[in-house]
Amino acid sequence: MAIMNVNPTRMQLTKLKKQLTTAVRGHKMLKDKRDELMRRFIDLVQENKRLRDKVERELALCNAHFVNASAVMSKESLDASLMSPKQQVSLNVSQKNVMSVNIPEFTAESRTANEGDIFPYGFAFTSFELDDAVMSLNDLLPDLIRLAEIEKSCELMSAEIEKTRRRVNSLEHVMIPRYQETIKYIAMKLEENDRSSRTRLMKVKDMLLEKTYNYSSK
Amino acid sequence: MAKNIAVIGDSESIKGFGAVGLDIYPCEANEEAAQLFRKIADTDTYAVIFLTEEIFAITEKERKRYEDKQTPAVIPIPGVKGNTGIGAKRLSSFVEQAVGSDILFQ
Repeated sequence: MAIMNVNPTRMQLTKLKKQLTTAVRGHKMLKDKRDELMRRFIDLVQENKRLRDKVERELALCNAHFVNASAVMSKESLDASLMSPKQQVSLNVSQKNVMSVNIPEFTAESRTANEGDIFPYGFAFTSFELDDAVMSLNDLLPDLIRLAEIEKSCELMSAEIEKTRRRVNSLEHVMIPRYQETIKYIAMKLEENDRSSRTRLMKVKDMLLEKTYNYSSK
Repeated sequence: MAKNIAVIGDSESIKGFGAVGLDIYPCEANEEAAQLFRKIADTDTYAVIFLTEEIFAITEKERKRYEDKQTPAVIPIPGVKGNTGIGAKRLSSFVEQAVGSDILFQ
């Protein structure tokens, strides 16, 4: 690992040591964040999978109902029956903060007071297959909304986990070793300087003694 | 903030959703669908946009812009033509992105 391009001074050493402590603390915290995010993500993604399987299965049933309905009714009358919907679903969007990821929460509200009030047509000229189809779709709606909420959360969380994981890795494998090596390098360099100035002084002292008193160290 | 739900797809697959109170936008799976999706997503009146799997597959570029936003949530649903497995693949890609490899649903 390459050391940083710094001057080997005592001031720099103190500065780097401080940065290293910050990096180590940051690394620990990010690692905790990653682990907790991952735990929640796995739970969420498993629920997502379960819900998606369920929704896809039931949606296939709904579609089958509609196919049945269109088999007994003419296309025009089927379209006309569904043309002017009675119901309007609106979602209240709030957000929840999970480990600094803002995930949405949807709560559904229907326009009419009675949630079961879904059939936008009279029953006289439509087949019961259509009633089945509309009803099964209406039953599925809460699951669809929950699926949307969870799937969006998974999407946001997976992006955040990826980011955090990269940060943890870069701290662990690049930043911290680099700080450590630079600190070691500066410490060695300072010691070396220390030793060299000490030997120089000893040498100068010898020379002075020899010059003044004709002492000889040999 | 109250927002609505939109469904985009071929008219056969989505006409039922209109009856239960979602806003439906019938269209065929071509370039117009991508434009339509973009127009709908940009209005910011929809919290959730369901796309049938055919439309979902061709709007990849457009969907990118909304990936890191909270709304709209763009969700694929199977249409009348059946399930192509896009939803499950999408889940796997989330796990892959988060964990590094797909450890849950191989």
